[in-house]
Amino acid sequence: MAQRRLVHGPLAPVDLLLRDVHVLDPRAGLHARHDVRVRAGEVAELAGPGELSYDPAEELVEGHGRHLLPAFVDPHVHLRTPGQEHKEDLETGTRAAAAGGYAAVLAMPNTDPVLDSAPLLRSLRDAAAREARISVGFLPAITRGLQGEQLSEMAELREEGAVGFTDDGRPVQSAGMLRKALQYQRLCGGVIALHEEDPTLSRGGSMHEGTVSAALGLGGIPTIAESTMLARDAALAGYEDARVHFQHLSCSASVEAVADAKARGWRISAEASPHHLLLTEEDVRGMDTRMKMHPPLATEADRRALIEGLRSGTIDCVATDHAPHARDEKEVPFEQAPMGTTGLETAFAALYTELVLPGVLELELLVRRMSAAAELFELPTPLIAPGEPANVTLVDLDAEFIAGERGWESRSENCCFVGRRLRGRVLMTLSGGAVVYRERAFSVVAA
Amino acid sequence: MNHLLSIEDLDRAGIERIVEQAARFAEVSDREIKKVPALRGRMVLNLFYEASTRTRSSFELAAKRLSADVVNFAASGSSVEKGESLKDTVLTLSAHKPDAIVLRTPWAGAAELVSNWVSAAIVNAGDGKHEHPTQALLDVYTLHGRLGGIDGASIWIVGDVAHSRVARSNIIAFQRMGAKVTVAGPPTLIPRGIEALGCDVRYTLAELGSADVVYALRMQRERMSETWVPSLREYASWYQINGRRLSPRQVLMHPGPVNRGVELSGEVVDSPQAVITAQVEAGVVVRMAVLYELLSGTRPPSPARAASEGAGAARGERQPA
Repeated sequence: MAQRRLVHGPLAPVDLLLRDVHVLDPRAGLHARHDVRVRAGEVAELAGPGELSYDPAEELVEGHGRHLLPAFVDPHVHLRTPGQEHKEDLETGTRAAAAGGYAAVLAMPNTDPVLDSAPLLRSLRDAAAREARISVGFLPAITRGLQGEQLSEMAELREEGAVGFTDDGRPVQSAGMLRKALQYQRLCGGVIALHEEDPTLSRGGSMHEGTVSAALGLGGIPTIAESTMLARDAALAGYEDARVHFQHLSCSASVEAVADAKARGWRISAEASPHHLLLTEEDVRGMDTRMKMHPPLATEADRRALIEGLRSGTIDCVATDHAPHARDEKEVPFEQAPMGTTGLETAFAALYTELVLPGVLELELLVRRMSAAAELFELPTPLIAPGEPANVTLVDLDAEFIAGERGWESRSENCCFVGRRLRGRVLMTLSGGAVVYRERAFSVVAA
Repeated sequence: MNHLLSIEDLDRAGIERIVEQAARFAEVSDREIKKVPALRGRMVLNLFYEASTRTRSSFELAAKRLSADVVNFAASGSSVEKGESLKDTVLTLSAHKPDAIVLRTPWAGAAELVSNWVSAAIVNAGDGKHEHPTQALLDVYTLHGRLGGIDGASIWIVGDVAHSRVARSNIIAFQRMGAKVTVAGPPTLIPRGIEALGCDVRYTLAELGSADVVYALRMQRERMSETWVPSLREYASWYQINGRRLSPRQVLMHPGPVNRGVELSGEVVDSPQAVITAQVEAGVVVRMAVLYELLSGTRPPSPARAASEGAGAARGERQPA
């Protein structure tokens, strides 16, 4: 059942010998150099480095001790299909994900038309089965048209393969409406993912409310716009014993609200994005529209609270909120620009460079959080163990590169990390046992 | 200085330089023929995305008194209404090769953005609620004329600070010139974090008597429908500058247009303490000084231009010919 909720394009399962790779999979208890054999797309054998003999029928990849990680799972991406294919589509979006080391992504429903009906979900899943390079799951809308007024046909959508539900991009403003969705979840299941924002507090804002917005004369969005709504919805989830997931936490007050709710035993989880973990309102000072996102980048204290939340487990997983926009849509004055940054191709390297290398976060913990979304959304977690499908990513932690220097796999280029010197390059990604990404220079060396 | 995007582009010496240059141009305004040939053959494009009477007309007049050619482009009634983007409009108009573009938009940061797209000097004539640097310069100039300088002066900026680009540029400029700035207004209209610019914040006018200069901001009527304050009547009773609140030694300023009976009572507008018309006069000479600073000698003029302008317009010798 769970397997069917993810779809991917045609895959050619590979026979592969990964020789002398440093396997790091905390869930499998692995943190050492190994030879790893993949046969017909499944992890077949693990042995000490140099112990597995090479069979000429398989491809040989010389690892030289580079790291083999369980591939990442992103519960929050915008693939812009249908209706906004000039920003991204199923093929380009999943290609970007593969290049970032991802084996699965969950797509948001704020498309045109909104993904809120079973026929549309079926056609999207059919398209993904032709075009998607990695596994894709869909979260249709909680309410029809994201209008917050009437439930979408959640049960039928679940039967058609919906992973969960979300009105992402918008809050479910009415508590009564959300309560009905949470009650209805008892019938149909599926995690309800929530974008938390009180529009009466955020209206007119285009960045975090604080000293920078005051200096720039930009309307501010106060952190309470997120945290008060989150606290309300956590209480609703607790009351209905519902399973909810809070999207893109941006401030310390929200981390505290999630911690409180978890302490009460409510069934909630939360995600944070690389940009909220690494950037602050100070990065908006130049009014670069790539720094305009929803929720907005907040203060250094908020950023530190998010990192601490990710470390402690209050925040369960990393989500990119990959939000592609065309160049001409972002090349406008800040207040006119749409919200969002791309993130799939830089997530791991940015977090590794800015948090692991300086010793703020342990590598094992980051690896765990990069794929923790799978379990939260009742999907199979990538695991490096015999018999498991090969969902792995090979990264060179020492390779340094400038983000965006070779362009992007995504159709859009609005990445907030562009131009940053990063370490931790993805060399190769396997999803569902097939090679879905090869870094060009690396494939030449390995061949 | 290649552009004037923010008052931050000018240090104290830079502001003083423009004020002094404006004072020289003020002499020209008193002549029978109010024109100098300093920018002959140069082209100034006024690109206004918002309605503006005094700013646009004073930039136009400033450019004309410097003998520049002026093209006015208002967004209403143009291709902008047909959905043309800011970038496309700017690039299209740049085909006429303006030497300077004076830009007024409702969007913060637009002037800086445009400066990345074209080679012309950009003058920010107001970008959303962000900045209005030439207003700050003309206000400093006006106060210099009235007080001789503002070092150590206490200046209160009163009213809707949240929606005011004038407030932001003036807080920076007045402090840079040595004044101490206090902003005062209803708590709903004082942006959180404004004190990071170095100013004090007050929510009543109880201590207004300590001010040397009272700078009232325009209270826009549409703020009422958005319930920033309960009513204009209540706003006026708490924040209106009137004869009771204004003491005879204080100087009263306002960027215009005035809502008589709202932020200012009629009596103070017409009082000798008000320098509101002096501010308007200063607008032309200060904008002449800004255009002159940006355009004279920054790029080598063509031989024909150099011959007609003579050495007087060369950078360093700031004599209006």
